[in-house]
Amino acid sequence: MTAVVKVAVDGWMIAWRNLLHVRRSVDWAFAAVVQPVMFVLLFGFVFGGLLGGAAYREYLLAGILVQTLAFNSAFTVIGLSTDLRKGFIDRLRSLPMSGVSVMVGRTLSDLAVSVVAMLVTCLCGLLIGWRVRGSFLDAVLAFLVLLVFAFAMSWIGALIGLISPSPEAAQSAGLIWLTPLTFVSSGFVPEESMPGPLRVIAEWNPLTAVINAVRELFGNTVPGLDVASGSWPDDHALAYAWLASLVIVAVFVPLSMRAYRRVAAR
Amino acid sequence: MTAAVEARGVVKSYQAHRALDGVDLTVPTGTVLGLLGPNGAGKTTMVRVLTTLLRPDAGDVRVAGYDVVTQSADVRRSIGLSGQYAAVDESLTGYENLYLVGRLYGFKAAAARDRARELLALFRLEQAASRLLRTYSGGMRRRLDLAGALVARPPVVVLDEPTTGLDPRSRLDTWEMVRRLVDDGASVLLTTQYLEEADVLADSIVVIDRGRVVERGTSDELKARVGSERLEIVVADRADLPELVRVLTEVGAAEPVVDDHLRRAHVLVHVGPKTLVEALNRLDARDVRVLDVSLHRPKLDDVFLMLTDRADEGEDS
Repeated sequence: MTAVVKVAVDGWMIAWRNLLHVRRSVDWAFAAVVQPVMFVLLFGFVFGGLLGGAAYREYLLAGILVQTLAFNSAFTVIGLSTDLRKGFIDRLRSLPMSGVSVMVGRTLSDLAVSVVAMLVTCLCGLLIGWRVRGSFLDAVLAFLVLLVFAFAMSWIGALIGLISPSPEAAQSAGLIWLTPLTFVSSGFVPEESMPGPLRVIAEWNPLTAVINAVRELFGNTVPGLDVASGSWPDDHALAYAWLASLVIVAVFVPLSMRAYRRVAAR
Repeated sequence: MTAAVEARGVVKSYQAHRALDGVDLTVPTGTVLGLLGPNGAGKTTMVRVLTTLLRPDAGDVRVAGYDVVTQSADVRRSIGLSGQYAAVDESLTGYENLYLVGRLYGFKAAAARDRARELLALFRLEQAASRLLRTYSGGMRRRLDLAGALVARPPVVVLDEPTTGLDPRSRLDTWEMVRRLVDDGASVLLTTQYLEEADVLADSIVVIDRGRVVERGTSDELKARVGSERLEIVVADRADLPELVRVLTEVGAAEPVVDDHLRRAHVLVHVGPKTLVEALNRLDARDVRVLDVSLHRPKLDDVFLMLTDRADEGEDS
């Protein structure tokens, strides 16, 4: 067996083990499935009435999708940090396998959880009137953008999980930065409605790019709630979304791998 | 033939604390080495170095002929580790745990499946094969952890306190497994706080304290070093105790130890039966009434206490 195949098989085995954990844990299923449904309903109907009713609910869905995937990176944080604490990582490190497999296995299993969360969110969206109004290919591209973004976010989570002193600390560190990140974006209200500096942050927030790109690909653009600011990220949402995901992967994969080796030396 | 484990001058520090301070040890192929020491002596640190989990600051360590730093992948292929805190996965079943380990050792799916079944049978866990680990008792968990270390039939097995916290029955089971391992040709390094365990299982013993080797040898050699036997005498009258101590000092090989409350004193002696007769004659001559006499073979505990005491003094001076 060549080294690359071994890394892939081991990564798959770790992902298999992680998914068994997910299947056997109520918490994870709850966070991955109930939370997006809750947000769709809360935002759609609590704020929706004021912000445009059915049109707003259509606008909202891309925001909830991206928010859900961003929050799912906390699974990577908690999963890795718990495995470290419980000695499971040590056990793996005493076996003839690469650390790359441990990390890839973790990010892949979290991606699988994200796929489920994404489907549930879309189903919920369909129930409240959201539709894919663009072409089939554009919709496929939208899901692809979302998955690559989720995978990238998972690697940020991996780094946080590895450098956190405990699973408890990891849990709060894994979530605290996500709330402002998801809200200061075009996810729930157009960034034009925000005051000066906040608007600039929202415009350049990579999440905004992913949200805008997905919204456009699904054909969910709504007059009055839409972007036409003329700034570079707004005009090149799809390109910026790809770029942001790739940069995150390029930066956080090596950082996480280094952190894994560091933890190893403790 | 190269030794299963060969460690020379191993040093590992955590900030100012020297966890290992120049440890040398050798496990000849096909033997069991008992690494003995109190809590915090550096046993687990040593295990982590041997299993490539920790890089030593200095020293030369070879396991199964491979260097732990430069050939860590080869070392990992050659070892099985069973941890002090059973590092089994709580949310997997017994079977899934072993299957996973098998696959990660590079077994094909069918081979990993067969090996997992085989080990579950060997460790009497067949009934519990499809139960989640979190429903296992402490003893079952430990057996599964040990089984996990043996999946790839490694030539070198490292057991870090394999029986800590186990009930006596499970402890005997574990000992039996270790013996069987050695019969099958494996070499074992085991750490323990239980002197009895090292006495029963180990071909040779290394005692460490505060990161240093304080003694090494076979169990018999270590015992011989503290005198071959221990003579214990109880007198009928407390007033006779000073006289008893005087006699024991005359005949013994070391300072007697007195227990005032029990009217008892004991001393280490070289030739037990002869000294016993001598002591009784002298006590009789001085009109001391003896209530009870006994002669004990020394236990490894005596050696251990003596050695770690001596290390204490060394540290203070």
